Amino acid sequence: MSVRHALLALLSEGPKYGLQLREEFEERTGEVWPLNVGQVYTTLQRLERDGLVESDDAADDGPQKGFRITAGGEMELAHWLRTPPDLSSPPRDELVIKVMVALRMPGVDVHEVIQVHRRYLVELMQQWTRLKEDEAGFDVGFALVVDAELFRLDSVIRWLDAADGRLKRAAVDGSIAAAGEPTRLPKPKRKVVVRP
Amino acid sequence: MTVLELRKVSKVYGDGATEVLALDGVDLAVAAGSLVAVMGASGSGKSTLLTIAGSLEQPTEGDVLVGGAVLSKMSRNDQARMRRRSIGYVFQDYNLLAGLTAVENVSLPLELDGVAARKARAAGMAALEELGLTDRAGHYPDQLSGGERQRVSIARAVVGDRQLLLADEPSGALDSANGEAVMRLVLAACRRGVAAVVVTHDAQLASWADRVVFLRDGRVVDQTAPRPEPESLVR
Repeated sequence: MSVRHALLALLSEGPKYGLQLREEFEERTGEVWPLNVGQVYTTLQRLERDGLVESDDAADDGPQKGFRITAGGEMELAHWLRTPPDLSSPPRDELVIKVMVALRMPGVDVHEVIQVHRRYLVELMQQWTRLKEDEAGFDVGFALVVDAELFRLDSVIRWLDAADGRLKRAAVDGSIAAAGEPTRLPKPKRKVVVRP
Repeated sequence: MTVLELRKVSKVYGDGATEVLALDGVDLAVAAGSLVAVMGASGSGKSTLLTIAGSLEQPTEGDVLVGGAVLSKMSRNDQARMRRRSIGYVFQDYNLLAGLTAVENVSLPLELDGVAARKARAAGMAALEELGLTDRAGHYPDQLSGGERQRVSIARAVVGDRQLLLADEPSGALDSANGEAVMRLVLAACRRGVAAVVVTHDAQLASWADRVVFLRDGRVVDQTAPRPEPESLVR
């Protein structure tokens, strides 16, 4: 999510002051995304330049300057809400590469490497889950942020589990070359590009 | 205080060519008030570990101690009494008796242990109330949703004065909201002093635990560090 669209979303509720926008932004993102005042004003100036927000001309620049969204801003926000983010896979996932390299390195147990990463991810998930324990101090926005992070980490662990199982079966079948043999990383036969 | 302790526990099924080593020298200690998750792929020995910890099966080698008492040195009757009084079980498929209402299911272990029916029912109602199920007390299992059935089975597992709660994939077929509710209840029982072991392949479930132990091919291969403070994530 861009700061630009977050500010437009806050202004779609009604006119607001710069300082108020910063406070509400942090509140809505569960305070996991702190903003400084400078970022807020720079973004508001650009939005105004692009005709997406208007300000009170009379007031001086500063915390008391009010902003409101324009019709163009409303359209931009509606368009952004419905535009899928770029979820195509990154060209190089570092964890995938580490596991593939471990598979080919003499003297390295790939299952041990997988377990190191699995443990680290579970420990991270424990920290996020702990934030959910206190339901009373937990608003819906924050819960959504925490859940998103837990599902993301969980999907990486599932991949590690699947890789672990696949490598175990391959070792039984004898379809993995013995470590130390000169082998190349498998190359995909064709480039897979997923576009939204 | 350590409620459950496994010392060099091994379990072998079958013999000769069909011999399978399901657990291989497992050490595990679970203190009162703590929740331990055991993670591993299917076939890693998780369920065997749980049935042995709950004295539903005997280890081939090693000792299991519940509340400091060595199970193998107890008579069969004493073991059965220990299971009824001290250990609560939660299974993936709930294991509720279809012909009994929710409160009858919950109070059954107490009645089997000789507690008077009225007193057992009162304790059953108290356990259901704690899990927000008072209005479901008179319902039969087939009149309850999956999430409600699992909450009833947790009430049955913690009713009375249980020290140890053992759960096998407790959120099995439940959606994530109900899975979370189940883990909150298990954690709440731990915060009241119960020791709990949850075996699962699901990292989201395991992440509720104070400690996660990783099982692979019947061996404990790793475990998480003590839980750090959550503040380290949000700055």
